[in-house]
Amino acid sequence: MSKIERSPWLIHYDASSCNGCDIEVLACLTPIYDAERFGCIVTGDPKQADILLVTGSVNNLNAPILKNIYDQMPQPRAVVAIGACAYSGGVFAECYNVSGGVASAIPVDVYVPGCAAKPESILDGVVAAAGILREKERAMKKAGRAARKAGRGAKTRRVADARGEGSR
Amino acid sequence: MKGIELYVAAAYVVLGPFVGGLLAGLDRVLSARLQGRVGPPLLQPFYDLRKLFSRRIAPVNLLQLPLVASHLVFAVLTGVLFFYGSDILLIIFVLTLASIFLILAAYSTGSPYGTIGAERELILMTAYEPMIIIALVALYGVAKSFNFYEILASDMPAYLYLPGIYVGLVYVLAMKLRKSPFDISTSHHAHQELVMGLTADMGGPALGMVELAHWYETTYLYALVLLLFGSSWIAAVVGLALTFFLIVLLDNTTARLKWKLTISIAWIVTLVAGAGNLIPFYLISRGTP
Repeated sequence: MSKIERSPWLIHYDASSCNGCDIEVLACLTPIYDAERFGCIVTGDPKQADILLVTGSVNNLNAPILKNIYDQMPQPRAVVAIGACAYSGGVFAECYNVSGGVASAIPVDVYVPGCAAKPESILDGVVAAAGILREKERAMKKAGRAARKAGRGAKTRRVADARGEGSR
Repeated sequence: MKGIELYVAAAYVVLGPFVGGLLAGLDRVLSARLQGRVGPPLLQPFYDLRKLFSRRIAPVNLLQLPLVASHLVFAVLTGVLFFYGSDILLIIFVLTLASIFLILAAYSTGSPYGTIGAERELILMTAYEPMIIIALVALYGVAKSFNFYEILASDMPAYLYLPGIYVGLVYVLAMKLRKSPFDISTSHHAHQELVMGLTADMGGPALGMVELAHWYETTYLYALVLLLFGSSWIAAVVGLALTFFLIVLLDNTTARLKWKLTISIAWIVTLVAGAGNLIPFYLISRGTP
């Protein structure tokens, strides 16, 4: 198991939810659903979080805030959009100020269906996001290794050039 | 006894975080069971720490990481001096210095939550320091020494003479271990009053170092409790297990206090349990040389 998959820390942002999904997110932490089984901790600080849980639809006022939180999270990071509103704006989609689901502001990795979403399916979404984090971490490592390899190759070439070996 | 101090101090540097991390894991499992949950695996704190150190994140400013690193170094140094058998009064000063570095790191972020957390940590320090000093003076009264090994080797069962000191020490230990009702400067897990308080705006390795320092602290704080139960092996095991359970129970059954209440309760406990134990003990021990 990768490092990040075993301790996915969560941050929860209520975009403009009716609080139905928010209550269900908090229910995940209660003894019945017990999200801490998977190593989850709910933190308030985006710099410490790995998975961003968003509920509710996005509008012009909260889109910059959502983007700010997302940008503060270290990579790799995952976003879980919880509920119908976070998918498309839900029943609020036609409102004059609603710009749509979470994907209208930041990239989304997992959608959790429901209105309101059930705690079981939210947990399912968090576990799926942890799996996505693992894949992203692997991809980042691979890219990092390739970049280092390329960097090292360039360096040795430079050294060789300085010694005049490259021209031989 | 001479010569063993160096080995114990070296073992502390290597094994201290494992003891502290296991205690943190045991704490989380026990807390979950008290709440009727399954809880995380026992080794969860180690998974968290490994992840935190693998995260790459730009620090908020250039000062934060050096300050947090100094906090870690002085937390380790406190324990090293403690287990090396240095004067325990000196150790109190180093312990304070370690906390000061953490407070400075929190102030340096400029985050409002970090600033309030730092202020509350200063308040907590004024609340717990008197009790720790009283406890050490009382232990000197029993063992006639400020040395860890000499107090431990003393035949007198300190817990029988100093029950009030024990109560006071458990009280302030809850503050140092960041437990409810005294976790006013940080708020872990689900409670979010101060977002993360003292550790707000510390991500990845910075938070990892704070955690690591906390595990080192946990180890020597329980060693401090051990001094009261040093007379026999059974007393030591029962005493430490009881203290651990009491603190987890306190954490799970109480809500967070306001800072004014925290400081007044801590001082009342210090005066009643601490001084109320110390003064009669001195009067009696002076009468029977």
